[in-house]
Amino acid sequence: MTLKVLYFASVSEAIGLTAETIDLPAGVTTVGALRQRLGERHAALLTAKNLRAAVNRQMCGWDAPLADGDEVAFFPPVTGG
Amino acid sequence: MQEVSVQQADFDPGAEIAALSADDAEAGAVASFVGLVRRDKHHGDVVAMTLEHYPGMTEQALAEIVTQARERWQIRRVRVIHRFGRLLPNERIVFVGVTSGHRHDAFAACEFIMDYLKTRAPFWKKEETPAGARWVDARESDDRALDRWK
Repeated sequence: MTLKVLYFASVSEAIGLTAETIDLPAGVTTVGALRQRLGERHAALLTAKNLRAAVNRQMCGWDAPLADGDEVAFFPPVTGG
Repeated sequence: MQEVSVQQADFDPGAEIAALSADDAEAGAVASFVGLVRRDKHHGDVVAMTLEHYPGMTEQALAEIVTQARERWQIRRVRVIHRFGRLLPNERIVFVGVTSGHRHDAFAACEFIMDYLKTRAPFWKKEETPAGARWVDARESDDRALDRWK
């Protein structure tokens, strides 16, 4: 099961990546669990203040489920307008 | 007419306002908002601002906000334009225009769209100042602004 993971703004800068494709680790079924797992490599995902996430371009909570081929994004609170 | 545009290019507010009500004799009101890059910030003069966004999600989020506005008010035409890239102080960032039969719906929907855009549309601002560049922090007041629409 593969996922496309995107990072934006200060989160992307801190991690040094804008995107990566990963194999979903066994036992990881939610966005929150994915954050914890990726946080082992990208500490900023665990330390970022008020981190937000989206699955398939919809804002979501940490309990949102993951499916094969999903596009998951992590980013700080938005500041447009 | 196209309702949502996410673009680098500037826009002409007058032309957008005129287009909103063109050939629509049922429209009795046009309300609009234009957001600009502001120079003065307590962290020092802002020399420029760069807006990053999430292509694909941005357009979708703005379209969903417009749909919600249509469910709440009797509105006719809506136009939302949001720029990205590097912008200088006094440059235009965002345009929201709404037409309706009577003014209340246009005013309310315009403000609703701006309030939701500020907390739901995936844009991020980075300010350049003489002291260096910094990402703009989200404001709690923007979250609170949503409470009145609940």
